[in-house]
Amino acid sequence: MEYFIQQLINGLTLGSIYGLIAIGYTMVYGIIGMINFAHGDVFMIGAFIALIVFLVLTTVFYSIPVALALLIMMIVAMLLTSLYNWTIEKVAYRPLRGSFRLAPLITAIGMSIALSNFVQVAQGPRNKPIPPLVGRVYEIGGVVISLKQIIIVAVTAVLLTLFWYLVNKTALGRAQRACEQDRKMAALLGIDVDRTISITFIMGASLAAVAGTLFLMYYGVIVFSDGFVPGVKAFTAAVLGGIGSIPGAVLGGLLIGFIESMWSAYFSIDYKDVAAFSILAIVLIFMPSGILGRPEVEKV
Amino acid sequence: MTQAVSLSAPATTAPSPIARAVREALFAGVISFGLFVLFIGLKSDQNIDNRLIVVTRWGTLAIVVALTMLGRFLFVGFLAPAFQARKARRAKVEVVSEAGFVKRNLLAIAIFALFLYPVFIISTAGLQGSLKWVDNFGIQILIYVMLAWGLNIVVGLAGLLDLGYVAFYAVGAYSYALLASELGWSFWILLPTAGILAAFWGVILGFPVLRLRGDYLAIVTLAFGEIIRLVLINWREVTNGSAGISGIPKIDFFGWFTFNVSDPNYFGKVFGLGVSGAYYKIFLYYLILLLALLTAFVTIRLRRMPVGRAWEALREDEIACRSLGINTTNTKLTAFAIGAMFGGFAGSFFAARQGFVSPESFVFLESAIILAIVVLGGMGSLPGIAIAAVVMIGGTEILREMNFLKLIFGPSFTPELYRMLLFGLAMVIVMLWKPRGFVGSREPTAFLRARKAVSSSFTKEGHG
Amino acid sequence: MAATATQKVAGAMPEGAILAVEHLSMKFGGLIAIGDLSFEAQRGEITALIGPNGAGKTTVFNCITGFYKPTEGMIRMQRKTGEEFLLERMPDFQIPAKAKVARTFQNIRLFSGMTLLENLLVAQHNKLMKASGFTVMGLLGLGGYRKSAAEAKELAQFWLEKADLVDRADDPAGDLSYGAQRRLEIARAMCTGPELLCLDEPAAGLNPRESLALNTLLNDIKDTTGTSILLIEHDMSVVMEISDHVVVLEYGRKIADGTPAEVKADPRVIAAYLGVDDEEVQDVLVEVGDAEVIHELDAEPRPDQAPENSASMLAGPVEETIAQSGDEVAIADPGASKAAQIDRLNEEKR
Repeated sequence: MEYFIQQLINGLTLGSIYGLIAIGYTMVYGIIGMINFAHGDVFMIGAFIALIVFLVLTTVFYSIPVALALLIMMIVAMLLTSLYNWTIEKVAYRPLRGSFRLAPLITAIGMSIALSNFVQVAQGPRNKPIPPLVGRVYEIGGVVISLKQIIIVAVTAVLLTLFWYLVNKTALGRAQRACEQDRKMAALLGIDVDRTISITFIMGASLAAVAGTLFLMYYGVIVFSDGFVPGVKAFTAAVLGGIGSIPGAVLGGLLIGFIESMWSAYFSIDYKDVAAFSILAIVLIFMPSGILGRPEVEKV
Repeated sequence: MTQAVSLSAPATTAPSPIARAVREALFAGVISFGLFVLFIGLKSDQNIDNRLIVVTRWGTLAIVVALTMLGRFLFVGFLAPAFQARKARRAKVEVVSEAGFVKRNLLAIAIFALFLYPVFIISTAGLQGSLKWVDNFGIQILIYVMLAWGLNIVVGLAGLLDLGYVAFYAVGAYSYALLASELGWSFWILLPTAGILAAFWGVILGFPVLRLRGDYLAIVTLAFGEIIRLVLINWREVTNGSAGISGIPKIDFFGWFTFNVSDPNYFGKVFGLGVSGAYYKIFLYYLILLLALLTAFVTIRLRRMPVGRAWEALREDEIACRSLGINTTNTKLTAFAIGAMFGGFAGSFFAARQGFVSPESFVFLESAIILAIVVLGGMGSLPGIAIAAVVMIGGTEILREMNFLKLIFGPSFTPELYRMLLFGLAMVIVMLWKPRGFVGSREPTAFLRARKAVSSSFTKEGHG
Repeated sequence: MAATATQKVAGAMPEGAILAVEHLSMKFGGLIAIGDLSFEAQRGEITALIGPNGAGKTTVFNCITGFYKPTEGMIRMQRKTGEEFLLERMPDFQIPAKAKVARTFQNIRLFSGMTLLENLLVAQHNKLMKASGFTVMGLLGLGGYRKSAAEAKELAQFWLEKADLVDRADDPAGDLSYGAQRRLEIARAMCTGPELLCLDEPAAGLNPRESLALNTLLNDIKDTTGTSILLIEHDMSVVMEISDHVVVLEYGRKIADGTPAEVKADPRVIAAYLGVDDEEVQDVLVEVGDAEVIHELDAEPRPDQAPENSASMLAGPVEETIAQSGDEVAIADPGASKAAQIDRLNEEKR
C-alpha cells in the first residue's frame, strides 16, 4: 500500500509538470487550431534560462536563499521564455494564419529543430548538471515525500487556480474564448485578435517556463534535447484530455504521470512510454475527441 | 513575413521606408538582445571540478544583435518593398510563354541526368573521389526522395497527416537486417518481404486511427512511430537494443557477382578491375534510383486509377466520398498500406547500404524531415517533392563541405554543427516564402479537351 | 449486413413505390428531430419534401442516405430488379453502391480541387474499381480497365452535356459559379447510376436563370433515365412547378401529403409554411376559405400515419414531445406548431 501511495505521489509530481506544459499546447490549439510543435522546446528553453540564471546568481552572490533563487529563476524564465514564444508566433506562425493548414505545422517543426539546435550550438551538447537545490525529505508512514515534490505540486496548484481565474473571470479570458469560438466574429466585435493570440502564446510559454524550472529543480540536469520527450508526453496528455480543453490538459497530464509511474513500478520501466502511448491510442479509439474534448459533430 | 510587414504598415500615412526600417531594426535589436542575452552572451561551461560556471561572450552577443538589426533593416527597408513591387508587376503582366524544348521534356532530361550523374562524377573526381558525391549526395538524397514520395501517398494524396512514417522505414530496415543476417536470405527476396511487412504494419496502424481526424490522427501516428522505436530499443533479445545490428550482408547482383572483396565472384575480379568501394556505391546509387522511379511510376499510375482518385477525393471531402458509394475505410487503409510499403522498401535498402541499423536512425526527427519535404515540395507533386529533397537534404549535406568557412571564422569553426539549426530555419523560411510548397498546382488525372493544372487555391489539404 | 438488409420484411411495399419511410423517428439527445414519419415516394416521380426551417427535412435525408442511424422506424427501398433494401441497416457508403440511392448536399460538397471530369469519374468508383481488378490488374495493364475507363469518361461527358458544363470539363470544380456547382453535384450523383436521387435544396441560392436551368435538368433526368427524385425544397414555387407529390413536414412531423394542388390549399401547410404569428392563424383560415372544406380535406386520415395507431414511443402530439424534451433542447413553446393550432381551431369549430 505504501508502495502504491509512493507511486501515486511520484505520478502526481510528474503529471503536474506534464499538465503545465500541456496547457500551452491546448490553449494554442484552442485559439488558432494548430499544434505548436515547438512548445516542447520552449519548455526546454525555459529550463535552460532557469539554469543560466541559477549559475549567474551563484556566481554573483556568494550565498542566496534557495527560495529566493528559485523565485528569481522562475520569474526570469517566465519573462524570457514568453519573449521566445511571442517572437516565434510573430515570425513563424502569424504570416501563415489563414493559409494552408499544414504550413504552420511545418514551420512549428522547423522552429522546434532550430530551437534545440540553437541551444546545442550556443550552450554545448553536454548534460548540464546543477547541485541539488532542495534536498529535504519527509517520511510519513513509510511513504517518502521530498520537499521538491511538494513544491512542484503546490506551485502547479497555485498557478492553475490563477490561470483558471484568468481564463474564466477576466475580460482577457473572455476575449480568448471568443477568439476560440469564432475569430472573425471576435474581430468584428472589436477584440484585438492578434493581441489575444500573442497573449495566449505568452501565457502558454510562462507555464512551460515554470514547468522547465521545476523540471530542472527536480532532476537537477538539463540538456538541449530535453524538449522532445516531455513535449511529446505533454502533447499526448493534451490530446488524451481532449485538445482545446484546459481541465482536460491537466487531467491528461496527471493521467500520463500516473500511467508512467505505475507502469515503471509494477511492470517494466523500459516500456513506460510504450504504455503511455498505447493507452493514448486505446482511449482515442473509444473516445475520438479525448476524455473532456467536445465531440466533433459530423455535419452533413 | 511580407504579409506581417504590410499589415503593420498603415495604408493612409506612409512614412519613409527607411525611417520605418530604422525603427523596426531597433525594435528587432531589443528583442534579439532579450532572446540571446542569456544564450549567447553567457555560456554554461564545466570547469575542472566538473562544476558548471558561466563564461561571458559579450562580443559574440553584440555581433549577433547587430546582425539581426542589420538583417531586419535591410528586409524592411529594401527587400520587402522590392518583393511588393515585383508582386505588383507580376499581377499586371500575365506572362504567357510557349513552353520551350527544355520545359517540355524536363522529366526525360532529369531522369537522363540522374542516370549519367555517377559517370559525370567519376570522370571529374575519379573513382575514389566519387565515393562521397555518389553516397552522401546521390544515395542520401534519393532515399529521402523515395521516402517522401511514399509518404506523399498518405499525406499529399489521401490527406491523412502521418507523423510516424519513419516506423515503416524502421520495419523495412529491421526486416532486412534480421532476416538477412539470421536466415541469410537474398536482398531480392527480402525487398518485397520488407515491403509486405511494412504494408501490414501500415494496416495495423490504419485500423485504430480510421475514425480519428486531424491532430488526433497526428498524435496517434507519432505515438505509433515512437512505440516502434521504443520496442526496437527495449526488445534486446531480438533487436540488440540501442547497440543495433551490424554486419548486415551486402546486396549481390542477382547472384552473378557480389561486392565482397573476398568472394570469388567479386565485381572487380569478374570484370578484371581493381578493388574499390566505389563499385558498390555506384551499384547502390542505380538501385535506389530505380526504386525511387518505381515509386514515382506506381504513384502516377495509381493516381489515374479509381483508388488514386478516391484518395484525392477523400482529401477533398470525405462525406461526399461516402455519398458516392466509396468505402472510405478501405480507401484509407490502402493509402496507409501502400505508403508504408514504399517506406519498407526504402528501409530495407537503407539497411543494406549502411550495413548497420540502430534505433537512432528512426527517431521522430526523420519523420518530421520527410513530412517537411512533402509539404515543402507541394503536397501531391512528385517533381516538387524531389526539388524539396534536393534543396533540404543536399543543402544541409553541402554544409559539411564548406571548409572555406574555417578561413573566415577560424579553425575551430565546424560548419556541421550548424547543419540542423540551418535546416530548421530553412524549413521556416521556405514555408513562409511558399506556403503551398515549391509546386503548388495540381496535375489533373484525366482530361476531356486540354490538361490544365489546378491552382493550389482550390485543392484542400484533408482533415485526417 | 447486406444479407439482413435485403431480407423480406413483413408487408409488401406499396404498389409502385420506390421508397417507403415507415414510422421513422430520430432523436438527438432530448431533441426529437423527426417523430413517427411515414411517407412514400413513387417510382418515376418527383417527390418533394417541404417544410419550414428546422422541420427535420435534412435529417430525413441523412437517415435515408445512411449518415444518421434513425432511432426508430424503417426505410425500405425497392430497386427495379425487385430487390428490397432496408436502408437504416446499411452503412452509408453501401447505400449508393448497392441500393442505388444518390444524394446531393445542402452546402455543396464537391471535390473542389479536382476537375469537373474527375469529379464525375470519382462517382464511378465502384464500377471502375471492379474493372481494374481492384487496382492490381489495372496497375499491371491487364484486363479491360482501359476500355472501362474510356466508357466512364463517356458517361461523364454525357452528364456534363446534360448539365451544360461540358465546356468547363477540365476546370477545377471550385472555380464554378454557384448554380453550376449545384448542377455538377447533380451530374456527379447521376454518375453513380442511381434509381433514387435525393436532392437537398437544389435551388437554394440560385438566381432565376440558374433555377430554370435546374428545373430543365431535373425534368430531363426524370424523363430520360426514369430516375425517381426526392427533393427537399424551401421555395414553394419550385416545388409546385416540378413535383408530382409533396410531403410537408413541421417540427419533424408530417402535416400534409398529396399533390401540389392539394398541399397548396391545406391551411395547416400555409400556416406552418408562412410562419404566421399566432394571432394570424385565424386569418389564414379565413383567407383559405371555408373551414368545412378544410375539414373535408383532412376528413379521412390514413390510419397508418395517425399517431394514435403508432407503436412508436415518440408518437403523439408535438406539444407532448417538446415538453418531454427538457430545457436545453426546447425548440419551441408548447403549441408553437402552426399546424397544431389550425387543428385546434378546427376542433373548436366542430
